[in-house]
Amino acid sequence: MTLAVFIVLAVIAIASGVAVFVVDSMARATFALAASFVAVGGELILLTLDYLGVVTILMMVMEMAIMVVFMVMFMMNPAGLMPMSMLHNTRGALTIAAGTFLLLGAAAVLVPWPARRGTVPADPTRAIGEAIMGPQMPVMVGISALLFATIVSALVLAVPHGRYDQPAHDSGETDR
Amino acid sequence: MTLQLFLLLAAALFAIGVFGALSQQSVVMVMMGLELMVNAVIVAAAAFWYFLAPAAPDGQVLLLVVISAMTVEMAMGFAVATLLFRASDVDMTDMAAELKR
Repeated sequence: MTLAVFIVLAVIAIASGVAVFVVDSMARATFALAASFVAVGGELILLTLDYLGVVTILMMVMEMAIMVVFMVMFMMNPAGLMPMSMLHNTRGALTIAAGTFLLLGAAAVLVPWPARRGTVPADPTRAIGEAIMGPQMPVMVGISALLFATIVSALVLAVPHGRYDQPAHDSGETDR
Repeated sequence: MTLQLFLLLAAALFAIGVFGALSQQSVVMVMMGLELMVNAVIVAAAAFWYFLAPAAPDGQVLLLVVISAMTVEMAMGFAVATLLFRASDVDMTDMAAELKR
């Protein structure tokens, strides 16, 4: 039963991953990517990682919803009304992608992975909670600083006047 | 379910992401390729935790870091796409050659 669910979710993840780069509408591509993430979240739940699976699903669905807005704002043909190609160097990219899959797939199958050490805790969510509130706390502190730096950097990049208030030609000033 | 099956799924997702990142013309579509590659890393990390060392929570913490990295990548990618479009009216990788100057 578990294997069947794994296979169904894996097929959905891969098929929607392919659909991202096949459909001719960027909005549809974004929803296909969201479907792929939801399937991967399901795979995490299969591995008893309920918390991380649900976080992945919720976060990615919201992120893709934001991405659709970006698609409609910026991109060519967001609704797919005019069929057009958004690809370049398709053959080279296909070759490299196929080589990557063969290499990684061969490693997955041929590497003698070590035997499992230990057993899955009764409540993995409790285990990660205790870890990030205990010995792994520096990791979480580092991540929080990183996220704050990202907020500042993204705003500095995205606002029209950057970090130096108004651009020189708008304010009548020269270099500041 | 075995580790190999999960790693094959991760390999497939990673390869699709590589194809997208290399073949797409639109900056945001390139970001979607990168997202799929990180998606593959999530699957692989979760499988390594479950099948190799489930007793230690380190694998789960690594997953949290990867998920955070994905969020950061998207935020910075959107910011760069916005800046690029505002500065040069460009949303295609072929036309974005600002650093060549």
